[in-house]
Amino acid sequence: MSEQMRRVAIDPVTRVEGHGKITLLQDADNRVHEARLHIVEFRGFEKFIQGRPYWEVPTFVQRLCGICPVSHHLAAAKAVDQLVGVEELTPSSLKLRQLLHFGQTLQSHALHFFHLSSPDLLFGFGSDVAKRNIIGVIEAHPETAVKGVKLRKYGQQVIAAISGKRVHGSAAVPGGMNKSLTKEERNVLLADIKDIIAWSEEAVSLNEQIHMAHPENHAFGKLNTNFLGMIGPKGELELYHGGLRARAPDGSTLFDQFDYRGYQDIIREEVRSWSYMKFPYLTSLGKEKGWYRVGPLARVNNCDSISTPLAEAARKRFKAFAHGSFVQDTLAYHWARMIEMLYCAEAIELLLNDEDISGSDLVVTGEKRSEGIGVIEAPRGTLFHHYKIDEEGMIKKANLIVSTTSNNQAMNESVRSVADQYIDGNEITEGLLNHLEVAVRAYDPCLSCATHALGKMPLQVELIDANGGLVDRLTKGSNGNIERSL
Amino acid sequence: MSEANNNTIIIDGKEIPFTEGQTIMDAALAADIYIPHLCHRPGLKPHGSCKLCTVEVNGRSASACTLPAASGQEVSNNTEALTEVRKTITQMLFVEGNHFCPSCEKTGDCTLQAVAYHLDMLDGHFPQFYPKREVDASHESIVLDRDRCIMCELCVRASREVDGKDVFAITGRGVDAKLIVNSASGKLADTDITTDDLAAHICPVGAILIKEHGYETPIGRRTFDLHTIAEPGLEPVILRKGKHADEH
Repeated sequence: MSEQMRRVAIDPVTRVEGHGKITLLQDADNRVHEARLHIVEFRGFEKFIQGRPYWEVPTFVQRLCGICPVSHHLAAAKAVDQLVGVEELTPSSLKLRQLLHFGQTLQSHALHFFHLSSPDLLFGFGSDVAKRNIIGVIEAHPETAVKGVKLRKYGQQVIAAISGKRVHGSAAVPGGMNKSLTKEERNVLLADIKDIIAWSEEAVSLNEQIHMAHPENHAFGKLNTNFLGMIGPKGELELYHGGLRARAPDGSTLFDQFDYRGYQDIIREEVRSWSYMKFPYLTSLGKEKGWYRVGPLARVNNCDSISTPLAEAARKRFKAFAHGSFVQDTLAYHWARMIEMLYCAEAIELLLNDEDISGSDLVVTGEKRSEGIGVIEAPRGTLFHHYKIDEEGMIKKANLIVSTTSNNQAMNESVRSVADQYIDGNEITEGLLNHLEVAVRAYDPCLSCATHALGKMPLQVELIDANGGLVDRLTKGSNGNIERSL
Repeated sequence: MSEANNNTIIIDGKEIPFTEGQTIMDAALAADIYIPHLCHRPGLKPHGSCKLCTVEVNGRSASACTLPAASGQEVSNNTEALTEVRKTITQMLFVEGNHFCPSCEKTGDCTLQAVAYHLDMLDGHFPQFYPKREVDASHESIVLDRDRCIMCELCVRASREVDGKDVFAITGRGVDAKLIVNSASGKLADTDITTDDLAAHICPVGAILIKEHGYETPIGRRTFDLHTIAEPGLEPVILRKGKHADEH
């Protein structure tokens, strides 16, 4: 950093999953020249599953996260299906996995909007911090808050019915699932589904209204980006299995119905010295222009339709807002997220009424292979799991690109844009801090997942005594040298 | 007949019969009294290595699985002090190996885990050893994950006494002790073990497992979802092969 620049750090960012730290780099004129969302958590899953049996992986890697473990479980399971040579599951297993995934997405989206983001959107970004939280929402909008809590609970009940536990259960096995749903289990879930659909529809309306009522939100952290996501065979919204589609900001197609097993031909990852999180980009566009966004905003923009009627009607209103072109407003992530929640609720009802969900034909076998790639649309975006095994069935190599990683550059750009807009001289105000966090939170980043990679990055360790005083600090540099600095 | 009637011991105040040649453990199991244990299985020669079945016999500590029952014995089993000792032993077994229950395919069917629950063990207490141990996946159907091995020698005895093969052995002492495979290469692939052998199924902790079959039993139907470790007659359930625990 040049002496002309000033460093401003905000640590930690609250109400995101995991921990983050933002550094703003100012130039001599106090303009925000660069923003860095630092990822300081340290995970290492890609490294420590090496040498473990492949069939253990879906259960092992779901421990990457407590928020959307099902996504990791299923992405890994899809990769493991390929390792055992299974291209197509039985109808029962496919539908059970879809149902599990919809339950997961519903609970994660409900958690993000109602618990984490609704305080900002309902009270305003600059409102009293003491009240701008879920407790404040419960006091001011009890009906909305209760519905939010129940929506999340319902999604967890779907997960528990299939996997035995609300978090970190056991469901997928190589080539299928380990159980189906009984009639009783389906009936319990069907009893509440009408409410869940109605409340999801209300949540969509609420987000529409908030976005329309606040024109200042439209430009907030707005970017003009490429979008990447999975789509179904007819170009419809697809969360479990399909081809990849990427589109440029002008709506032109970069690739479509791309078989995700060739993902290494279209996506590369860049490593930067200041973050544990990598920076993926579309190979064809290069490092500078190839970054893209994933997740609800990308998916709802990218698809041509949604297969369920209420969510499709909501999608059409969303598209009408941008007069048919892409909605690039970063805060429209919330709106798109609720459209997806509605889609999940409707899709859950359809699946619960499908007899295949109670089927007993659950596992397919095939000829073993040495490599498997599984991709899924996790709540936060496209999630890639890639494994290679040796002749004995042990993991030789693993590569994961998680959703938050794909949004890495976009989050930095949104933070820079908001910081530049709201910074007042060379002082960090509480208002600025609030606005930066709102920009980050729109992406629903899961920082614990995004730092699964065991890197050779600098690591700082601090020792704090009982009175809160810093006793010692050790810093390991990228060259492996350890320095004491106090 | 009258002599047989005199063959009784007292466990926690309850008089129970025994026959000549039975250990305290044998007599207790026959009377549906649970004495925590890991290295003991009826039908295999007692080993006395895990020390979890330590009881007080007329005031002196002894392993219930190896001490022959004898008239006049007064045995303390289910006492607060012994539970504490057993909990400590179990904690040491956990920290000496690498036991990652959350992702382990044996979870819910694991005797070590079940014993820990039974003893109300809430943490490892001692610093983790994090030993470096080798996985042997060379065999086409059986995997040996030494991370989970508690050196109970059940596989050693099952292979030798029941399967007639002598596939496994423990070598080294103390912290250097480890489970080895009796083949020139030291690999499981070069032994004659098969999935029909008792040794392939007897491991209480998932160190020896049938390959490519994990997580097939749903949560709620695993052995210890349905039973507690102290339940009488559980041994055959634990050893039953290839079936859900609730299928009879």
